[in-house]
Amino acid sequence: MTTISLDEEATAPKLRLTPRHHARALEGIVWREWLRFLGQRGRFFSALVRPLVWLGIFAAGFRFTLGVSIIPPYETYIPYEIYVAPGLAAMIQLFNGMQSSLSMVYDREMGSMRVLLTSPLPRWYLLAAKLLAGVVVSVLQVYAFLAIALLWEVEPPLWGYLAVLPALILSGMMLGALGLLLSSTIRQLENFAGVMNFVIFPMFFASSALYPLWRVQEADLWLWYICEINPFTHATELIRFALYGQISWTALAVVVVCLLLFMTLAVIGYDPARGMIARRGGAE
Amino acid sequence: MGSALEQDRQDGMIPPVRGRAAAETPALRIAGLSHSYGARPALKDVALTLYPGDFTILLGLNGAGKTTLFSLVTRLYAHRSGSIAIFGAAIDKDPATALSRIGVVFQQSTLDLELTVEQNLRYHSALHGVPRRRTEARIAAEIARVDLANRRRDKARQLSGGQRRRVEIARALLHDPKLLLLDEPTVGLDVEGRQFLLDHVRKLCRDDGIGVLWATHLIDEIDADSRVIILHQGKIMAEGTVPEILAATGSATIREAFDAMTRRSERAP
Repeated sequence: MTTISLDEEATAPKLRLTPRHHARALEGIVWREWLRFLGQRGRFFSALVRPLVWLGIFAAGFRFTLGVSIIPPYETYIPYEIYVAPGLAAMIQLFNGMQSSLSMVYDREMGSMRVLLTSPLPRWYLLAAKLLAGVVVSVLQVYAFLAIALLWEVEPPLWGYLAVLPALILSGMMLGALGLLLSSTIRQLENFAGVMNFVIFPMFFASSALYPLWRVQEADLWLWYICEINPFTHATELIRFALYGQISWTALAVVVVCLLLFMTLAVIGYDPARGMIARRGGAE
Repeated sequence: MGSALEQDRQDGMIPPVRGRAAAETPALRIAGLSHSYGARPALKDVALTLYPGDFTILLGLNGAGKTTLFSLVTRLYAHRSGSIAIFGAAIDKDPATALSRIGVVFQQSTLDLELTVEQNLRYHSALHGVPRRRTEARIAAEIARVDLANRRRDKARQLSGGQRRRVEIARALLHDPKLLLLDEPTVGLDVEGRQFLLDHVRKLCRDDGIGVLWATHLIDEIDADSRVIILHQGKIMAEGTVPEILAATGSATIREAFDAMTRRSERAP
């Protein structure tokens, strides 16, 4: 018996992963995220407070110090609140993406990651489905924010609300994939304060979310370069243009390329043969 | 489930548990498996074979390598040497087939405490691609077997430790695996809870022909007809039925044999 090789004794029928199995798993993952969201409505609304503080207080104070000239996609002079709203929508996604991806590796969550990864489906698919499920919740949050922002006369054209949906999904996936990549590679980032200081704040401030980049270029050329290569700038611009029914092709290209890049690296990070999980060791 | 095989056993065509017909595919077969974290070796040349219907206890102190072994078999990490096959499907070459045949209960609870019992079960079922209608039937059957049908709609948080473990066992079986891995499932449970789990899982072996690998550091979970594998510092020190191990080591009890093998100061509780 012991001389029989593994291949010869492979009598069990091979499992064929069907599209239906993929769909079932995606549905299950999104549905679980949705249930968790329903269970944590308090957190949902408290997370809405953050962008509203920026919009209601920071923007009100800032509007008098910053004149915004006419820049695309806007066709007239606009109050600062209107300029900053898409950046705050992107900020919601940045926070959500980091939070949900990093929570996957926090110890209390490691368990649910194990359940996910023992599914027979390929790992890249499971991780992508998990990201998408997180994006569903963050997109809801953005729409809730945009609804409240009407009070500040942030009133994009009606179909802009529809056009922004794919932009939100793409940028949400990209930022979530970045979080996943960080979670799979950098151990020090396991507490959220570290992520705030080293990832979220630098990405948010060195971007076009709060100020148009031409102002940055006038102030500091190096900072401008940094803003220009910051993927968060392009997520913001993708959302900004989409909200006004336009496409920023540069932003779209950068977001898609970053999404693919971050996702690929994150999948490598979660590859059982390489990457973080194997190095980190077991629970023993 | 597994009834043809079981029937054959009862008819005496296949001797129970050991002395197999050569044609039977092992539920789990590990050969030459080593693993290390950086320079620290965790498993050294581990080999074991487990057949459907076997109840095998993997006995070892904390840090012996039990969880590492489980992580490799469930492909949380990839193994770099040796081979792991589940019903003949190699975990590295055909992980989908291999994983679809494994049910696993991890050492730390992996239930989502915010979700209800049945929501947890449905989630697992979706991940394993069990069709929706069948899911409901399977949940009803498995949850009844662990005697928790009346707690279906309770949040996992509201259950006791023992009940959570039972839900996890029900969950691990939803997709009808024929190999069940349990990593220290009784840790933190009271005597009654432990006994329920042991009885339930032994029954699964007996009635459904499921192969079980039960990792523990508690010697008193071994009863006289258990098959035991003793793992110490990443190496298998002994393997066999209780009488076989006693005979081989010249010990009176498993505890004595275990202490002799693991020597030195560390004593199993």
